[in-house]
Amino acid sequence: MELRKSYFADERDDHLVEVGKPRARTDALGHVTGASRFFADRNFPGMLHLKMVRSPHHHARIRAIDTAAAERLPGVVRILTARDVPHNLYTILTLIQVGPEDENVLATDKVRWQGEAVAAVLALSERAATEAAARVAVDYEVLPAVLDIDAALQAEAPIVNEYHGRNYYRYDSGECRKVRYGDVEAGFRAADHILDQTYSSSPIEHAPTETTGCIVVPEPGERFTCYTNTQAMFFTLDVVAMILEVPGHRLHMVGGTVGGGFGGKVDVIVEPIAVLAAKLTGRPVSFIYSRAEEMQVSSPRGAERIRIKDGVLRDGRIVARQVTAWLDAGAYSRHSTYGAQKAAAHFPGPYTIPNVAVDSYCIYTNRTPSSAMRGFGVTIGDFALEVQMDKLARLVGMHPLEFRCLNAYRDGDMKAHRQPTEGAALVECMQEASRLAGWPMAQHFYAMSSRRREA
Amino acid sequence: MPKVAIRFTLNGSEAAEFVESGTTLLGALRDKLGETSVKGGCLQGTCGACSVIIDGALKLSCLTLAESCQDARIETVAALARGGLLHPLQRAFVETFATQCGFCTSGMLMAAKALLDHNATPSREDVIEAISGNICRCTGYEPIIQAILAASRAATSTAA
Repeated sequence: MELRKSYFADERDDHLVEVGKPRARTDALGHVTGASRFFADRNFPGMLHLKMVRSPHHHARIRAIDTAAAERLPGVVRILTARDVPHNLYTILTLIQVGPEDENVLATDKVRWQGEAVAAVLALSERAATEAAARVAVDYEVLPAVLDIDAALQAEAPIVNEYHGRNYYRYDSGECRKVRYGDVEAGFRAADHILDQTYSSSPIEHAPTETTGCIVVPEPGERFTCYTNTQAMFFTLDVVAMILEVPGHRLHMVGGTVGGGFGGKVDVIVEPIAVLAAKLTGRPVSFIYSRAEEMQVSSPRGAERIRIKDGVLRDGRIVARQVTAWLDAGAYSRHSTYGAQKAAAHFPGPYTIPNVAVDSYCIYTNRTPSSAMRGFGVTIGDFALEVQMDKLARLVGMHPLEFRCLNAYRDGDMKAHRQPTEGAALVECMQEASRLAGWPMAQHFYAMSSRRREA
Repeated sequence: MPKVAIRFTLNGSEAAEFVESGTTLLGALRDKLGETSVKGGCLQGTCGACSVIIDGALKLSCLTLAESCQDARIETVAALARGGLLHPLQRAFVETFATQCGFCTSGMLMAAKALLDHNATPSREDVIEAISGNICRCTGYEPIIQAILAASRAATSTAA
């Protein structure tokens, strides 16, 4: 690794102790010897295996659930349905005062996506649990489904999630998260060119090599140890406590070694039902997603659609940017309300634009609930923004890097969401990238600095 | 469910168990013999996390029936280090940051060992081919390829 020290040379203390030097990972020795302990590397006497009965429909009313035939199968210990769950309504972000609770642990009157959990089968072996889950008879009345953002926003669209009452999340700012800065219409009028483009993306699955799961062991005194590969230990502890209506000190979450997360193990999905199952049976319970569940049931990155309308001057300065973004949350909020909010603040991109308007919507559909994944709310936005920047550069006949340098934010510039820019380094990054890539810019772009805007 | 007796050599020691007929080698190793260095990622033969070496050949333990391993010699990553000394592959994986979450590492090391056991001086293409059945979602593979090449160089220079 090479540290290029010519940038910001006057600002840097070069007596670096750790930066620039490799340091062995603390967990590497365990990984290469096979000694690292993942949550599933445990076996407890009498452990039960949990398998979910899942909805085959995108949207349906549940008329009846008949578990009798499944319960008679050898090895089946118990089958849990909605009425076994003490507080069967939750949403993760209530822990940071973002509601409403909108999701069941086990479905009550309705299922809202294909794969939603309806009943939990507990058996002595995984095979017995799987066979019994297939024998639970659920009587569904299939309802019309909403399968994309356009369908969700139709006036006569079926309501996906009654806890919201409409197919989009209502923020305190209204039907979407908004950013308003300057006068975007005046900016468009002043522009020499307008470029109005729409970008869209499909859901993306994290596909960790270790599937999501946990093992819960009942301890004396109504306490439970939960070995989990969650990426959110404290959220998990609090959410489980709320759903089971038990004090948090009864729960001991053990984690740390996660076989790939990428945001996909931030939701609290497997632990509440596994702890409840351990509580109701008094036995250790293992609930581990199959690969098929990991691919089809775990939250993906949500589909997005982003419309960007820009006004640009002949000399390359962007004078107005209007962004409308729709994030497909699927059937439940999980972390998507936060993702759409983060997108709103991010959307003008790292550029100084005097007139900005952003509307960012969180939309409900009858699709797999989406949630966190590596920079959710900004990654797809950045794709759209940077493709748009390339198109704008072509439109005004400029080199794409020079066009970005011209519009790049500099220290002291006010961002659209009214945070002053500090510690900017975009210009320098492009200067170095242009050198490394052998893609030269005109000489004066190498004299630019993020510290000040040139006259 | 009828049980069958299985007996094989696991990392140099004799191992014997009764398992339900149809139990995979992966299930027998992890659930019956406590050999949890072997990981199950997909249980359908596509990710390579469960790779072990059976009688010198690289195999997927999730697609191998335990009862088909009678009298076989089975090696897992747990036997790579000898007398407290890391195998050159293990050292190279640590030094080149070829591990991240660690879940694919056991299988990846077995695939690499099977390669070096048969070809002490593999080309980059040989290495890529040898680990092509092992999925890593963290590293982007390049540090793993570098580690295997470094281990082969280290072993060759020690031998010379």
